[in-house]
Amino acid sequence: MSGSTILFYLLAALTLGCGILSVSTRQIFRAAIYLLFSLIGIAGIYFWLQYEFIAAVQIVVYAGGIAVLIIFSIFLTQQAGEKLPKQKIGRKIFSALAVFCAFALTMVQVYQHEFSKIITDAAPATVRNIGEKMLSTEQGGYALPFEVISMLLLAAMVGCIVIALRSKPETK
Amino acid sequence: MTFEPGLYHLLFISTALFFIGVYGFFTRRNLITMLMSVELILNSVNLNFIAFDKYLWPGKLDGLFFTLFIIAIAAAEAAVAIAIIINLYRSHKSIDVENAEDLKY
Repeated sequence: MSGSTILFYLLAALTLGCGILSVSTRQIFRAAIYLLFSLIGIAGIYFWLQYEFIAAVQIVVYAGGIAVLIIFSIFLTQQAGEKLPKQKIGRKIFSALAVFCAFALTMVQVYQHEFSKIITDAAPATVRNIGEKMLSTEQGGYALPFEVISMLLLAAMVGCIVIALRSKPETK
Repeated sequence: MTFEPGLYHLLFISTALFFIGVYGFFTRRNLITMLMSVELILNSVNLNFIAFDKYLWPGKLDGLFFTLFIIAIAAAEAAVAIAIIINLYRSHKSIDVENAEDLKY
């Protein structure tokens, strides 16, 4: 086992372990912190795969943006130190059973399938290649989705402001 | 199946993460924790795209762009969801889904 292999298994264990803890802990703040570490583990896997740009985006957007957003909203909506109410044990068992069966089924399908690799002339995932392809309007370029995504982000921003804006309580 | 990490190992991780998120979505009854489960699910999909891009479709960067756009959409979705959750908390003093059933009847 080389160092790279050991690193991969460590990152996988970090991601999955923190993911499980994040959905099973009863303290909501700890759930957010475990989610943060799980996201950082995924960023580590991206680094391990040598997709540095995606790893950087993952850390900036998820670990920097969404995790902080979630922690802020926990502070705004939750009493400090209060645990989440206990779930019904029947629901937990049923969910775990259903999820495990679906997981086993999917993994059997995946392992039975032979993936065929398509050999192409490799353009490494450098920032230069990514940028040129993202703004290219030729065949296979991503200029149109880029513009659509920017419109979506603008719409989401306006929508957030409209939702969060407290209208005058005219109903009362 | 070898110990050397490859496509199947990455697919295992992403499938496991997906179903961990689904389990959280089934069992949680708090809107913020449900949102966290959705984030886990979206991340597992991203990992899938990157794994296929690396091992089956190298040098084309298509999976990478799908991942980038999914990250952008996930960020927008989380922002809108949290705005809605905070608004719900203001009006109902609770973010439990069992209490948010005004539209049900």
